[in-house]
Order: sequence, then C-alpha cells, then structure tokens
Amino acid sequence: MEGLTLEEFGAILVMQGFNGLSYFCVLLLMALGLAIIFGQMGVINMAHGEFLTIGAYATFLLSWLSEHYAPWFMPYYFLLAVLLGFAAAFAVGHLTELALIRHLYRRPLDSLLATWGLALIMQQGFRSLFGAREVSATLPDWLLGSWQPVSGIDIPLNGLFVMALTMLLTAGVLILTYRSRWGLQMRATTQNRVMAGAVGIDTQQVDRFTFALGCGIAGVAGAAFTTIGSTGPTSGSLYIVDTFLVVVFGGAQSMLGTVASAFSIAQASSILEFFMTGSMAKVSVLLTIIVILMMRPEGLFRANVRR
Amino acid sequence: MDKRIVLAVEDLGVTFDGFKAVDGVNLYVEQDEMRVVIGPNGAGKTTLLDLICGRTRASSGSIRFLDRELTQIPEYRRVRLGVGRKFQNPSIYESLTVLENLEVSYPRGRTVFGSLAFKRTPEVLQRIEEVAAMVYLGDLLQVAAETLSHGQMQWLEIGMLLMQEPQLLMLDEPVAGMSVSERQATAELLQRICKGRSVVVIEHDMDFVRSIAHRVTVLHQGKVLAEGSMAKVQADPRVVEVYLGH
Amino acid sequence: MDRATGITLRILRGHADLIILAVLILIVLPLMLDIFRLNLVGKYLTYAFVAVGIVLCWGYGGILSLGQGVFFGLGGYCMAMFLKLEASDPASTSIQSTPGIPDFMDWNQLTELPWFWEPFHSFAFTLFAVLAVPGILAFVVGLAMFKRRVGGVYFAIITQAVAAILSILIIGQQGYTGGVNGITDLKTLLGWDIRTDSARYALYFLNGALLLTVLVVARLIIGSKFGKLLVALRDREDRVRFSGYDVSNFKIFIFVVAAMMAAVGGAMFTLQVGFMSPSFVGVGPSIDMVVFAAVGGRMSPVGAVYGSLLVNWARTAFSESFPELWLLAMGAIFIGVVMLFPNGLAGMVDGMKGGFIRSTARLGGPTGASRGAPVPDQWPVGRPRAPTACERGALEPGGSVSVTGPSDHDLADRQGSLAH
Repeated sequence: MEGLTLEEFGAILVMQGFNGLSYFCVLLLMALGLAIIFGQMGVINMAHGEFLTIGAYATFLLSWLSEHYAPWFMPYYFLLAVLLGFAAAFAVGHLTELALIRHLYRRPLDSLLATWGLALIMQQGFRSLFGAREVSATLPDWLLGSWQPVSGIDIPLNGLFVMALTMLLTAGVLILTYRSRWGLQMRATTQNRVMAGAVGIDTQQVDRFTFALGCGIAGVAGAAFTTIGSTGPTSGSLYIVDTFLVVVFGGAQSMLGTVASAFSIAQASSILEFFMTGSMAKVSVLLTIIVILMMRPEGLFRANVRR
Repeated sequence: MDKRIVLAVEDLGVTFDGFKAVDGVNLYVEQDEMRVVIGPNGAGKTTLLDLICGRTRASSGSIRFLDRELTQIPEYRRVRLGVGRKFQNPSIYESLTVLENLEVSYPRGRTVFGSLAFKRTPEVLQRIEEVAAMVYLGDLLQVAAETLSHGQMQWLEIGMLLMQEPQLLMLDEPVAGMSVSERQATAELLQRICKGRSVVVIEHDMDFVRSIAHRVTVLHQGKVLAEGSMAKVQADPRVVEVYLGH
Repeated sequence: MDRATGITLRILRGHADLIILAVLILIVLPLMLDIFRLNLVGKYLTYAFVAVGIVLCWGYGGILSLGQGVFFGLGGYCMAMFLKLEASDPASTSIQSTPGIPDFMDWNQLTELPWFWEPFHSFAFTLFAVLAVPGILAFVVGLAMFKRRVGGVYFAIITQAVAAILSILIIGQQGYTGGVNGITDLKTLLGWDIRTDSARYALYFLNGALLLTVLVVARLIIGSKFGKLLVALRDREDRVRFSGYDVSNFKIFIFVVAAMMAAVGGAMFTLQVGFMSPSFVGVGPSIDMVVFAAVGGRMSPVGAVYGSLLVNWARTAFSESFPELWLLAMGAIFIGVVMLFPNGLAGMVDGMKGGFIRSTARLGGPTGASRGAPVPDQWPVGRPRAPTACERGALEPGGSVSVTGPSDHDLADRQGSLAH
C-alpha cells in the first residue's frame, strides 16, 4: 500500500466501490426474482442463473444481428435487448412453471433437485446453440467511456447505466407488489393460499405469472451482465450460490433485506478484492455470511410473528 | 383438605410485535384436576399452552410446575419433568406403525446413544399394549399410523403422551373432528387418565366441556375473564357477553 | 427344520438384499471384469459411501446437505497428503530447489513444509484424521445450525456455501493444496506400490468390505429406536421435541455419521484412483452425490449403492460415446427421480415384489414390524418410507397445494427454521 497518497487511496476505494455496484446490480436483480419465487411458492429455483444466461445470450444475439445486418440500429439495440432479455426469460419461465414447477409447490428440497436438473439441461442447451466459448456483446458507443466527476476518479458509463436500470426495475417490482392488483393477489396467496383461492383469486395464474416475472427479472440481469462480463453457458450458474446467500442473509421474505444484503455482500467482496486475492476475498465474504447466519439464522430482517 | 398445586402460572405474558397475546394470566391447577380452558378464537388459549410447554418463550411472569420454575428450561427438559402436550392437529408419525409411535414415546433411550442401544424388552411391549388398550387402539398396533381415522389419530397422540407418564397433561382440542360416539369415548378416557395427574384441556364443544370439566377458565383477549365451575361461569354475564352469547 | 436353522433362514431372508449385494461386489464383479474396469467400479463404489450417508441424513432424517462432497474431499485429501509426503522423500525430489517437500509446493516457491502437513508423516495420524477432520467439521456446522433450529432449505443452502468456500479455498491456495490439479502422482502406501494390479485388487476388496460394513452400520442405525426417531423428526419435529428429546443432538449425530462415511469413501478414492482434486468438493459434484442416493431410493442404503453404480456407469458410458448428451441425461435423471420415481430403484423393486410377495427383504431395513410381535398377514406392513408423488400433491391436476398429511413436512421445515 506504500506509495499511495491518501487521495489516491480514496479514489481507488471509490472506484472499487463502484465496481462493487455493478456486481450489486446483478446480484440484486437475481435475488429479487429468487426471493419472490421462494416467498410465493416455496420453490427453490436452482436454474435461476440460467435465466440470467438467457437474457445475456439474447443481448448478444441482438448485438450480433445489429452489427451484421443493421449497423444503424447499433446505438439503440441495447434498450431493445433489455426488453428482449426480459421477454425471453419470462416466456421460458412461463413454460417451466407449466411443465415442472407447479408440481413442486411447497416442496423446497425436491424443487431444488429438480431445478438443478433443469439447470444442467439448459446449460447443455446453451452449449449446443452458442458453443462452449464465451461470447461478448458489442456495446453501443454511448455505453463506453467513463464519467469523471473529479480528476482521478473514473466511473464507467456502462456501470452507471446498469445502476439506473436496476433502480428502475427494483422500484417497478416494489410498485407492482404493493400497488397493483397482481401484487395484492400475490401477497394474499403467500399469506394464505387456501383462503386466497376461496375468495376467487386464481392462485394458479398468480403463481405462473410470479414465477415468470422472477425469471424475467433474471433475464434483465442477464442483459446488464453483458456490460460487465462475457457470456458462456455456465455464466449464470456461477452466481447461484451467492444469490441464495443474498436471499437468506436478507431474511427470506423482506425486499428491503434483499436489497441491503445484496449491497453489503457486493461491496464487501469488491473492496476486499483490492486487499487480497479474488478467491480469498470471496472466501472471507462467504465465511462471514455463514458465521452471521449461524448467530442470526433468520437473516437481517424478519417479522416477529407467532408460529 | 387442599390438594397439592401441580401447576402455578403467575402473571404470565407474551407479546408478539406489540400485540399482547397472553397478558397477566394467573392459573393454578391441582393434583387430579381436570381444567378446561375456553374462550373465543384468538383469546390466547393455544398460546398459553405453548408458553407452559416451552414452544413459545414468555415475555414476563412465571410458570411453576411441582415447585420448579419452568420459564428458563428448554422444552425437552420440561417434558422430562412431566409436562405433556398434545397439539391441535393430531401430530403423530404417519410413516411409523401405531406400535412404533408408542415405542418412540417411551421415556427411555432419550439420548442419542441411549436410543441406539434401546431394546424392545417385554416390559416395553407390555407398557405399549397397556396404553394402546386404554386409548382404544389395542387391535391396531401393527397398523401404519397414516391409515388411522382422524379420531384414532387423536387417541394415538394421547396414548403417546400417556407413555411418558406425565404429571401434567395438556390437550389442545382433543375431540376436534370426532364423531359423537368417539367424543363420548374420549370423555371417558379423559376421566380415567386424570387420576393421579392433572389435565388441562382446550375445547370449544360446550357439551363436551360440561361432561368433563372440574373447573373452567375463560380467557378473553389474553386475560382471564372468569374461573370456576361450569355452572358459575355460564352464569357470569361478562362471559355470556363475549363468548357464550355469540 | 430345527429352530436354529429357522432363525438363520429368517435372518438371511431379512437381509437378502445385503447378501446379494455382497455377492455381487465381492464375487461376481471381480470374476466378470478385468482389473481396469474393476478399478473403475471401485471408484464408483467410493461414491456409494457418500450416498449411503445421504440416505440416512436426507431420506430418514429429512436433512438435505448439499455439501457432502466436502467430507468426501476432506477424507480424500487427508489420505492424499500422507501418500504425497511418502512420494516426496528427499531422494526422489532431489531435483527440486527444496528437496523433500511435495513438488507443487516447490513450484509455488514454498521452501518449507506447512505446519498442518507435518502430522501427515504418520500413518496412524492420517487414519485418525480421515475420520476426525470431516467429523469435526460436520459437528461444528451441525452444532451451529441445528442448535439454532436451522433446517430444511436453509441448511441446504448453507452447506452448499460451505462446499463453495472449500473448493475456492483449495483452488486458491495452490501452494498448500496443489490447487486445481489437486494432489497427484501418488505412488506408494507404506512402501507398497498402489499402482500395481495386485494392489488394485487388494484395494478393491478392502473398499468393498468397508462399504458393506458401512451398510451394516446403516442398517443397525435404521433398525434401532434412533432410526425410528429420525423418521419421526423428519415428519413431526415438534412432536419429537415435545416427547422429551433434544432433537438437535440427533441431527448432529446423523450428520456427523454421514460425513464420516463420505470421508471413508474419499480416502478409498484416493487410494484406488491415485489422486485427489477439488473437482469432487464443489457445489456441482456435491449435488450430484444426492442424485446417486435419489436414484437408488432415498430410503434405501442398499439402493444408494446401486444408484451410485448405475449413474456413474452411465456417465462413463455416455462420456465415451456422446459426451454432449451426458448433461442432458443427468438433468433428466434429476427431474425424473423427483417427479416420477421419488422412491427410486428401491421403490420400483418394492412395487414389483408387492404384487406377489409381501415384501420380505425390506429395503428400508428390518423394522419393528418384523422384529416385534407376530404380524397377521392382512395387516399392511408399516415401514418408514418416503411419501409418494401422489400424496405430496405432485400429480394433482390443478397443481394446487393441499397442506395436509405427510405433504407438509417440507413446509413445516421451512417455517420451523424461519420463525422461533
């Protein structure tokens, strides 16, 4: 650390923190979907990372098509890719719910194994379709470059864009959950499924939409992911363990908790990575979470209710 | 002559998120007594049993059982001291037979290594048969518990408690889902088993309460509203107001 | 027929499945296969140690650990460290800059054996460590989690994270662990060359005998009151707790037993295959091991052995001819055992037998029904079993959940671990 002035050190800390923010965005978008699905259906979706991969490949595909057939579209394709990533993951999620997930409600351990199987199949599917090599989307010019609020601090534009996207989507999900008719039905179903059915809520429909929505958000996470890394068949699965820890650490059914835990985990790993090797940073973060969870198994946020 | 007090609950309270589910309850249960706790839904009846058996931690007050303070003792130790609890929904081991259900409740081999070394001796079998006969399941010992009727499951759970020979037996709605004849049989069963121990029952069925209760405690909004014989309680205008009048 | 013969026959019939398996492993396979294939079978059988532990933990106790690869790996690494030290004597490592330490340490500029490697010079300590290191880790994790009533999904996720941590740690610390390649080039065990055919035969039989011992231990546990308590606490944890049992101790014990079984498998893997690497420790391989147990039948230890053999044989066969199809097949197996065959092979065998014989050889092990008072024929024989797909609402047309009966124990898990 010698040879660094305090100023430089501060700048590095800020930039490192900002790198953490990109990681935070992907984690948060993944965890939001996972938390909704677990809270609503008691299903552990181990294939959630693969829905991120779907979004990432969708973005890559669109970037490739624009580059080769419609160069004029290059500046705009990324916005469409976000929508396409969402739509593709939403559609596959819808089918998955229909074929698999609806048989697994409230059987978290079984759902965990079955969706792991699904994840393997999807990974092989990606490999057959796109090859085993990692691919990268060509980013439009306006996403490249960086913003310099003060000299010595470079904040990449793609990171800023991903931040904005994440905040928008998180706000959207919160509004949908607490202000929309679907949100009301979803919360009702979560609290008392039988009763919700009895008052005329089509719980099956609500479940299907909820699962697909969670997958769709992961698809957007995939689009965001292409701005910070290249995509391979197993890109999404690399995030799955972290994402689950985010959900558990945040307290399974608290959205605020999910945001807070995604933030602290991402920041901690990013900042630690500066001081030690990447693997040791990761080990320290995971270990800390586990130790905290052992002392406080209910996670960061939890309602105090009677069993 | 006064009988010995087995259970003394004093000023007991618990709060969930600011809501006082049980609030300053006093309850004294004597040896050989059958006490029935009644009250409208949400009065705190099940929570009271949860507090006594340790499923829920008390926020305030004391629970003394045979002159031992229970509030700080983990639930399995309370059971070993002689507190037995039946849950509202029959809670039995569906994938084991009736015999195995009772065997698992036998109060020996309760540690890890004890249970590994546990042998099904003739005494154990004799005790199982005795209890099974008492709860009307003597002919069904080899049957898988999941095939029992709802009423038989309730009896089986009572039988599992009897295996432990508790000094205090707490039953949460023991006749829910039973036919009339099963209710009668259960009433007789309860009359028999309260000899030599104390029984606390939560029940909604007033005819059933009348047929078994020595004394009745009425809970309302977490507090004791009235206490005494069934006749006295029924005559109390406040009780009529909140409960029986509905 | 005199009494003694009668009793012997009954015991034989009660354990027919175990005896058939013993004949298969110790006689049929060695006669049928050349040493190369037999060595491969021996490798598959080392996974069966893990699968048997998973049957006890998950099938009986309802505790799903997604980190069993950790214990397999630790057992394997303990053994590998001993063998590596033996292979790294100063004479054969004289070309290194620091002779006498393992080659990968030398490549990573280590000049001295790390302290935790020192005790692995002793074979006695190694044997002890093979059981103790994974056992202690399982005890600590189990103690921390079960005493605080963390179970179900949370336990699965946290054990998964433990697997992730250990594999990252092993890969990251290559100077101490051999990194991603693992510990390789193992040659001799106390001077005995383990790479020769005769040694491979001997190790195969040792492995088979150990596996059968583990199965007998599993059977003893399942048949005891402890075994019934495991099933009981899987279905109704609160009822067990309020019958006077300290539930967490039971869970910790079975978790430690499963970990030690996995560790023996890992050590035997190292001996038979000649290396140990982090590729057996991580998240993926740990979950794969659950499927070995699920394919065999989550309630059947003997089934777990067949499951391990079958899945791994299929993996080898696929990888030889259609490597790209293997992941698809494995994925289909995962989905299939959950959705269609929740009782696995054992369930199918039981189903076939059920038609003509009232199952004599109970795959779930001898239960009270067979040991207690005589059982009239018309009574259904109650034995612990996993709820079938139908009962769990899996095949309900609407897919809606009925939270009653045996179907809700997963839910109870979830709530039980969430709230206090």
